[in-house]
Amino acid sequence: MLTEFGRLFIFILLGIVFVAAGLITAWILRPHRPYPEKLKTYECGEEPIGNAWVRFNVRFYVIALIFLIFEVEIVFLFPWALVYRELGLFAFIEMAIFLIILLVGFAYVWAKGDLDWDKPRPEIPTVPRATPVEPSRATQAGTGLTQGAN
Amino acid sequence: MGILDLRLEKSNVVVTSLDNLLNWARLSSLWQMQFGLACCAIEMMAASASNFDIMRFGVIPRATPRQTDVMIVAGTVTIKMASRIKRLYDQMAEPRYVLSMGSCSNCGGPYWEHGYHVLKGVDRVIPVDVYIPGCPPRPEALLEGIMKLQEKVRQESIAKKSA
Repeated sequence: MLTEFGRLFIFILLGIVFVAAGLITAWILRPHRPYPEKLKTYECGEEPIGNAWVRFNVRFYVIALIFLIFEVEIVFLFPWALVYRELGLFAFIEMAIFLIILLVGFAYVWAKGDLDWDKPRPEIPTVPRATPVEPSRATQAGTGLTQGAN
Repeated sequence: MGILDLRLEKSNVVVTSLDNLLNWARLSSLWQMQFGLACCAIEMMAASASNFDIMRFGVIPRATPRQTDVMIVAGTVTIKMASRIKRLYDQMAEPRYVLSMGSCSNCGGPYWEHGYHVLKGVDRVIPVDVYIPGCPPRPEALLEGIMKLQEKVRQESIAKKSA
């Protein structure tokens, strides 16, 4: 007889076979005529600029960590919801404590300001000059760089 | 050239059966690239809606050329857009088909004489399989075009090109 994990194993095996069969059939039947324009990165019909391997802002790291915590929370909530009727009030209190612990973490993150997304101030380059020029005349002359300098 | 594509000899019972199967599979799921350019796109949307239900032909709109088989050029092709159309056509996976919908993409339409900005027919940049006349064509005409394209796909073969 199969155990529960045995059934799971059969499912995984069938999944692998299904995907592999599709890929292999397509590999046998498909036309294969690559050329540079076809292999170009799809950017809505525009000429692709730069590399697709760009670096993401490091601030996404904190967001990803917070997401992980709450994802695990959801994963725990599903089996809990399944057996909730059998366990009753005990399960409710238990899960409430768990959620409160996570909420404390959430409040900590919030209070610490990790959820704020403040942009860095734009740096306006300044050019040191000998004679002071009024800002209005400077912009008229086409040197908008000196607006921040006084 | 793929493993089987354009490698087998013609007039062979295996090849013809395989052709039948492949062509049936291809013509039953002509996924469409969304390419609404002008007022023909409205008729294309109407064809996708429940009254005309283009999905019963297996025509499913997709947002990327990598997943699509047929590009329905619906509307006025401006010269600015022509290079994009060419690039998108290049990025589609083979076998790929083009369905030119409406007078504008067929031949320039009302912009034929004085439209300095309009390409006089999308077939000047990409090969077109089926032309649908009309300004704009009714959704039924688009369905007819799809059926014509299916007829064309049914005649295809993976055997070696003799000519």
